[in-house]
Amino acid sequence: MSAVQTTSPTPDDTRKRGPLAEVLLSLLRSGTFLTGFAIVMFWVACALFGEHFAPYDPLADDIINALAPPSAEHWFGTDQIGRDVFSRVIVGSRDILTVAPLATLLATVAGTALGLLTGYFRGLVDDVVSRILEAFMAIPVVIVALLAIVALGTSKTTVIVVIGLSFAPIIARTVRSAVLAERELDYVAAAQLRHESAAHTMFVEILPNVIPPILVETTVRLGYAIFAVATLSFMGFGIQPPSPDWGLSISNNYGMIGGGFWWTVLFDALAIASLVIGVNLAADGVHGALND
Amino acid sequence: MTLFLLSIMVFLGGQVLPGNVGRAILGPFADQRAVDALNHTLGVDRPLLAQYWGWISNFVQGDMGTSYIFRSPVAPFVIDALGNSMKLAAVAFVLVVPIGILGGVVAALNLNRPLDRIISLGGLSVTVLPEFVTGIILILIFGVWLRWLPISAAWPRNAGFFTQLYYLILPSLPLFLVLFGYIARMARSGMIEALDSDYTRTAVLKGLPWRTVIWRHVLRNALLPTITVIATQTGYLIGGLVVIETLFRYQGIGSLIFTAARGKDFPMLESGILTIGIVYAVATLVADFLYSVLNPRIRLGSDQ
Repeated sequence: MSAVQTTSPTPDDTRKRGPLAEVLLSLLRSGTFLTGFAIVMFWVACALFGEHFAPYDPLADDIINALAPPSAEHWFGTDQIGRDVFSRVIVGSRDILTVAPLATLLATVAGTALGLLTGYFRGLVDDVVSRILEAFMAIPVVIVALLAIVALGTSKTTVIVVIGLSFAPIIARTVRSAVLAERELDYVAAAQLRHESAAHTMFVEILPNVIPPILVETTVRLGYAIFAVATLSFMGFGIQPPSPDWGLSISNNYGMIGGGFWWTVLFDALAIASLVIGVNLAADGVHGALND
Repeated sequence: MTLFLLSIMVFLGGQVLPGNVGRAILGPFADQRAVDALNHTLGVDRPLLAQYWGWISNFVQGDMGTSYIFRSPVAPFVIDALGNSMKLAAVAFVLVVPIGILGGVVAALNLNRPLDRIISLGGLSVTVLPEFVTGIILILIFGVWLRWLPISAAWPRNAGFFTQLYYLILPSLPLFLVLFGYIARMARSGMIEALDSDYTRTAVLKGLPWRTVIWRHVLRNALLPTITVIATQTGYLIGGLVVIETLFRYQGIGSLIFTAARGKDFPMLESGILTIGIVYAVATLVADFLYSVLNPRIRLGSDQ
């Protein structure tokens, strides 16, 4: 009796976990993904625990030691009011790694809902919504962001909403084309014959089957979100002082670059570069694993 | 449609933004009567629809309104800035289109060999980096350490063509890098598809020389999708211009919008953004036209 009970769930289990385990395995075998994932995890660790292993307080100024070049005491030197650049680079990962993922999450949720609606209903809903989304996509994100942020004022919430909503149409387009293929399949017809509600068919029946393209699009968008957040912070429309954010630090210090104070901007620039490349390598890995 | 939506967005942005334009210009301590008077002069106390109609019909006739900050017509500023931006964009485009296509073609002809890996991965890496990051690194290398190129794009007055070009090389490089990856990737996948096609096999089996096959059969088909991509990149390019022009203190349309946004100079901001929208729409149109000219399979009706 007990033997039957313990064995019976197994075939069901493998059937359920089979594809997932396969995807995970191929992710672990992908050098691209592992490299990217390691870089991203390094910065996540810095964002979470940075202040515990940063040698100095990233906000503490020390005017006497201002603009000191890199030395044993200050590995990356100090900035114009004597703050330790090394500590600021470590802790500077925090804001961008909060804002960018939240913006991506918003874009994914809104984009998936829109994509399901337009793909499932087609017809008039699809035509109207798709035209509006297309028009939106034609406008550069930076411009939309600039307008919205000047209109609404600068705050982390504004940045999240602006980037989230600018990226939603792109995700909606991907989801829509996946739903268009899915809705012709028998299981959708079966659900409709059972008189399931449209919402049930969309979110319970179709949604689980379009997860892979959504996942790929989300990881790719995360890279662009980091790009956008960093750029907005650099322009002064993103993360605000006194945060040690990378883009913000560069914007505060690049004016002195002609004076040869390279250490005040180089390490922040390299930090952004490594994070963006890390996320994109990981996204490339996810894309490869899900499309094999 | 896009332009219409953009104009509405820009206009609403310009209206919701300040709350009270007169108050924003005169500051919190100004007399209420002065604020009302200024609002009336600027016309911002009229109903929204009337304001929109007045603004858009004037814009179409070339009157972009009066700058709140400079108290003079916006149009000359916008036209000057647009000219400067086009110079910068032209340098970037002239560099990136041939080199990007060449990169993609070389990668495809060396598929999965080390050269392909280097071009693909390198292209992907530089494409995803924000322009100001590559800009800063390039400034450090070429402007501060090697001292080969000027770190600001503001050339001396009355500079000749080559001097201007010399000042524009460094600012155009970050734009080049961002666009390179996209163009090379499209050219590469277009080439791979074309090399794999039946007509290429037929051409090879007919005994045509490899060079002729590549030039006449493969390239022509491979580069069609690339043209569309190049046109859509104008959008990214414009976004990049805002950043690059700020970084290099260049008086282009991007820095005009940025300065106007910071100074809450709404007529300037609205005109700048709408101008960019028009440039974008024209670029898309030109790309559609080029595509139909180069692709014999799509002929406009009158040709038949």
